[in-house]
Amino acid sequence: MMQPLHAPPNEAGVSALPRRVAESMMPTEERIGSRHTDAAAEARLRARYAAQRRFKAYGVLAIGVAIGALLWLLITLLSNGVTAFVQTNLRLAITFDPAVVDPQGNQSPESLAQGDFGRVIRDALRQRFPDAQGRVAVRNLLALLSSGAEFELRDRVIADPSMIGTTQPVWVLASSDVDMFRKGFFEKAADGGAGGRLNAQQVAWIEELAASGDLALQWNRLFFKAGDSRDPELVGVLGGVLGSFFTLFVCLVLAFPFGVAAAIYLEEFAPKNRFTDIIEVNINNLAAVPSIIFGLLGLAVFLNFFGMPRSAPLVGGIVLALMSLPTIIIASRAALRAVPPSIREAAYGLGASKMQVVLHHVLPLGLPGMLTGSIIAMAQALGETAPLLMIGMVAFIVDIPQGLTSSATALPVQIFMWADNPERGFVEKTSAAIIVLLAFLLTMNAIAIFLRKKFERRW
Amino acid sequence: MTAGVLALVLCVLCFAGFWLGRQEAVRIRSGGVQPHSLPSYYGSYVALVCGIPASLALLIWISAADSLVRQFVIAGLPDHLSALPEGDLALLLTDVRNMAYGRVPLNTARPEIVGAVEHYLRLGEISRWLMWLVVLALAIGGLLLGRRMVSAEFRARNAVEQILNILLIASSTVAVLTTIAIVLSLIFEALRFFAKVPVTEFLFGLTWSPQTALRAEQVGASGAFGAVPLITGTMLISVIAMLVAVPTGLMAAVYMSEFMPGRLRAVVKPVLEILAGIPTVVYGFFAALTVAPLVRDAGMAIGLNVASQSALAAGVVMGIMIIPFVSSLSDDVLNAVPNSLREGSYGLGATQAETIKLVLLPAALPGIVASVILAFSRALGETMIVVMAAGLAANITINPLDAVTTVTVHIAALLVGDQEFDSAKTLSAFALGLLLFVVTLTLNVIAQRVVKKYREQYE
Repeated sequence: MMQPLHAPPNEAGVSALPRRVAESMMPTEERIGSRHTDAAAEARLRARYAAQRRFKAYGVLAIGVAIGALLWLLITLLSNGVTAFVQTNLRLAITFDPAVVDPQGNQSPESLAQGDFGRVIRDALRQRFPDAQGRVAVRNLLALLSSGAEFELRDRVIADPSMIGTTQPVWVLASSDVDMFRKGFFEKAADGGAGGRLNAQQVAWIEELAASGDLALQWNRLFFKAGDSRDPELVGVLGGVLGSFFTLFVCLVLAFPFGVAAAIYLEEFAPKNRFTDIIEVNINNLAAVPSIIFGLLGLAVFLNFFGMPRSAPLVGGIVLALMSLPTIIIASRAALRAVPPSIREAAYGLGASKMQVVLHHVLPLGLPGMLTGSIIAMAQALGETAPLLMIGMVAFIVDIPQGLTSSATALPVQIFMWADNPERGFVEKTSAAIIVLLAFLLTMNAIAIFLRKKFERRW
Repeated sequence: MTAGVLALVLCVLCFAGFWLGRQEAVRIRSGGVQPHSLPSYYGSYVALVCGIPASLALLIWISAADSLVRQFVIAGLPDHLSALPEGDLALLLTDVRNMAYGRVPLNTARPEIVGAVEHYLRLGEISRWLMWLVVLALAIGGLLLGRRMVSAEFRARNAVEQILNILLIASSTVAVLTTIAIVLSLIFEALRFFAKVPVTEFLFGLTWSPQTALRAEQVGASGAFGAVPLITGTMLISVIAMLVAVPTGLMAAVYMSEFMPGRLRAVVKPVLEILAGIPTVVYGFFAALTVAPLVRDAGMAIGLNVASQSALAAGVVMGIMIIPFVSSLSDDVLNAVPNSLREGSYGLGATQAETIKLVLLPAALPGIVASVILAFSRALGETMIVVMAAGLAANITINPLDAVTTVTVHIAALLVGDQEFDSAKTLSAFALGLLLFVVTLTLNVIAQRVVKKYREQYE
């Protein structure tokens, strides 16, 4: 690889005389064939240029590998996840028998809440396929339905009680296996079954439904308004998104004021002494501490010592705030440093006190840069998972979190938990949740870039 | 939530204080006497004097009240209960608390527990009343005091600036306090662990199986806490990651800084940095879903026996994540090499590749080494990728196709879910955390030293 910069002089070129004199005494042909132009030199040069080309090719290759890995990652996630935004539904002619769905007979929500909507759906499906006889066949048939279909139907009837007593075609949620088959994630096996989860008869039923237009992909509203669930067709990201929102809210409220105040002190007021030296070294080191250590801190200090509630966005927010504090301080200091000294001097010249100079002039000019840095720090905090695991934000929580102290999980933790499920339906939903997370990150970074462009000033 | 209401009341009082102080200053001015400072400074002074002591009191109450009430409840228990071991006592108190909040019906409990519940409720009531009393007294007292201070001679601006200065200093010490809290909590819990397991066994023991039995007389009741398999596993995965990240990142940085036209570079560099912005949980999912099966299938195809959670898959994905850490830092360092060195080398007839290899890289070496050390420390502390893709098998091996586990995986595994805080199993996570913290901190300090030394060369 390594080419010597100075090729050793070849034997023929060695001479007692200075080279130019020696060359002038040579015949013309010999002069052309000097050690800089002879065949060996040309070969050397070719080798050096080849090395240069190889070197550039390595560079292109490295960048190609990096960008290729990024594209591979994104394409895998998109191709796995994008289908989760639609969900397979079945159309069934459902008879809303008042005796079954409305036991009190007054169409009130309380009465409907006691109604057996599962039964009307099951009856409708069995009517649709009267060929399913015997316990096993019926169980296989009913396995096409999602266990959550009845609750959705109940909510729909509560919203519109006039359906009671009629027979109507209604779309109900299909089970995850049907959904996976419809989306083509299950391959058909030789025996007519699919994906190892559906048998030949079930596949035949699904295909019959599809042929008559009673099986269709519809927009998956549930994914954006539900919390966690054991069934992949019923899960939603809202619980995780709100948990992340509350956590980031606490994180921002704590980290931004403290970060900006610390940056102002260190950049504008701090005398150069041991104490401030320690603080600076400390901040730099804190920025490199692995995030899981902050989780241990949260567990030992906030949960065990102060007895704060487990799984609460409040504690998650505090831990993430401590973690993003160094990032915000470093970004804010850079923003303050970018404000030119002439601004400060002009303000001093008008008789402002040091605090007035900083608060009235330097801070407003540095604020956009600080905001940009803080948004980027928040984007990092949004993707952080490990510290939240330590403080118990990893739990099966169906309810949508209501506040800072209610049990919650966060979007990345939700992704982690779904990724643990081996079912094919969860792979799709996990990828979709990642798409949602990346969309949030993209938005936050876009806002940061927009702010930077809008308020960027060249002094 | 009563603390939240109180905080709101406090805010209202502060605004009232501001308004009162300002109003008084305006009144003095309209009386013909010019006060020392602008009216808003008098307002701010009153607001600060009203708000700061009261909010400090509120914070102290929030953090201390719960454990204080616990202490009193324990003290109030009959002797045979308060003499219970710590773990049982904690369980008992959890019961008491659950009953107090009505989550568990009271009528099933023993009379002394019912007594404790009533005691707990009464104490909680008293503590809430005390909180309101103390905080409001402090706030209103501060308000009246501040209001009385307002006079034409009072130097409100200087006073406010002094208070703000103290607040700024206090904020900048938060980072130091965080570090102290991390160190103390890790050391404290780790010492409790080392009281049960000797340090030498932890550092040099060759087996890691923290599953302690539920009862002392069961087989394998002690568990084995030798961290060597975790350390070698961490090293193996990190080294694989560095083998991916260093050549790729370095060549990408060289190509970007030396060969790429500026406009293309402005696009490619941020694209590479996206790799660092993607949450690690996404990489973990990608590794487990796509890369690990791919590695296994590829290995099987050429007749190798590959574990389904191979170190190779986790290491490669981690390497992809780390590429931008190496490339961005190295890019900055290469750009900092003075142009005169490049031009001198070209002047001697070296090609670009030769200049880079023989002049620029040696000149930038300290900075590159620092960036590699930082990236390595990052790899050691990475959690989610290895949690999701590396598994829990504690093997000592250097075969990248085997399953290994890391320090961070076990910290997470030991602390997710229910813990009892007096078992060696749970405490061992803190010993591992301390080990990780010390190692990453040392690497970080070394990197900073190297950078510092390097900087002196060209300035």
